[in-house]
Amino acid sequence: MSVKKKFDVFEHELVPKHILLTREEAKVILKKLGIYPWQLPWIRASDPAARALGARPGDVIMIIRKSPTAGISIVYRYVIPG
Amino acid sequence: MVVVEDVRNKVLTIEEIEARLALLEGQLPRKLIEELLSELSKRKVTGKQLEEVIREILRRFRKALVDPGEAVGIVGAQSIGEPSTQMILRSFHFAGIRAFSMALSLPRLIEIVDARKKPSIPSMTVYLDEEHRYDLNKAREIAQQIQLTTIENVARSTEIDYVNFAIVIELDPEILRDRGLTVEDVKKALEKAKGRGGEVEVQGYTIIFRPAVTDLLKLRKIRDRILNLRLKGLKNVKKAIVRRDEKTGEYYIVTEGTNLAAVLTIPGVDSRRTLSNDIHEVAEVLGIEAARTVIIQEMQKVLEQQGLEVDVRHLMLVADIMTQTGRIRQIGRHGVAGEKPSVLARAAFEVTVHHLVNAAARGEFDELRGVTENVIVGNPIPVGTGLVELLMSHE
Repeated sequence: MSVKKKFDVFEHELVPKHILLTREEAKVILKKLGIYPWQLPWIRASDPAARALGARPGDVIMIIRKSPTAGISIVYRYVIPG
Repeated sequence: MVVVEDVRNKVLTIEEIEARLALLEGQLPRKLIEELLSELSKRKVTGKQLEEVIREILRRFRKALVDPGEAVGIVGAQSIGEPSTQMILRSFHFAGIRAFSMALSLPRLIEIVDARKKPSIPSMTVYLDEEHRYDLNKAREIAQQIQLTTIENVARSTEIDYVNFAIVIELDPEILRDRGLTVEDVKKALEKAKGRGGEVEVQGYTIIFRPAVTDLLKLRKIRDRILNLRLKGLKNVKKAIVRRDEKTGEYYIVTEGTNLAAVLTIPGVDSRRTLSNDIHEVAEVLGIEAARTVIIQEMQKVLEQQGLEVDVRHLMLVADIMTQTGRIRQIGRHGVAGEKPSVLARAAFEVTVHHLVNAAARGEFDELRGVTENVIVGNPIPVGTGLVELLMSHE
């Protein structure tokens, strides 16, 4: 094959913005939602987006989705091993 | 609200409206605020009127929110299920064009929610970058790089010469040109693959390959392997067709077979927009969030093509649940329904005895938190008003 180019997952339009939260930020958000971290949707540490951020199991990732109904919607995912 | 008091009867400027609406961030979705701003800026409103509009919108928005305890899953299932009963009849009318009817009808919808490992018609839509987007020839060049070409594709005939222990491959010059290859390319590929011993001889468009074997059976095996030797293109991509978008005038490539990871690294491909209809592949290459979006888009494509109107919110719920655990989970027996914590709920779904026996053997415990298990034991179900309990104080 000819020259390969580097590919960044976050450039792709299907991939929304992922932000890795610090422990403190995560704690504040969980407190606000009144839930345990495992009650959030999960994301695997081996997920391409999580890997690009260098997320480790136990972290919380903030995801800013473009939503057809709300314009912008913010969700969180809890990083699990795997 | 001091500022507002001053302007109660004055017609507001757009900036003033914008500043007031910015305060609503967090109370209303971004899209509603934007819509409101664009509507209001077309009209003349005073401060007093603006406050009234905001109050009414907030009231209606809160009224439109889903109530706590609303059975959104059931509503979603019905809202997708009912229209899809109409789809069954319609999908049979594409007689003869199996690919088309399969790709865009009920079987495809089932395929998505079942999270099948491979779609029955795996396909990619490959968009091109600025340079290649508007030039048919350049687009074709990229299509050639994507489409898998093996020796079998370019050979007019392949024969085994049993006397000389050779494989004679006669190439088709027209197909070679079509695929952007030369005899030299084929020769190189063969030489690379032949390993030690054996020789490759070229006579015009005929290639004679003499492997270093003296066994007829082996010779036949080698021929089969050679036929599948990759000359160009990506693994799994059987076909790549250049199409033109009538609206934007740009060329893009539709493929049969997918290999997203490889196609994104090809120069000339727009790696921001190129996508695959294989949900598992997208999850692997772009992540679970991208897979969620593809699930929604693929379902929408089917419903739209069938002329059915289903609110995206139902599809979003399905996609959210399917991707909740960080990997793609099907809705049925081996996924969402099969992983319910309650034994009774699982037993009520499918293979009843199997679940009950296993649960008994393992000594499982049912917490009676879900709907199904409470229906079975005759309790009020924790949905809607059943979700709340009353605590009365004796006075």
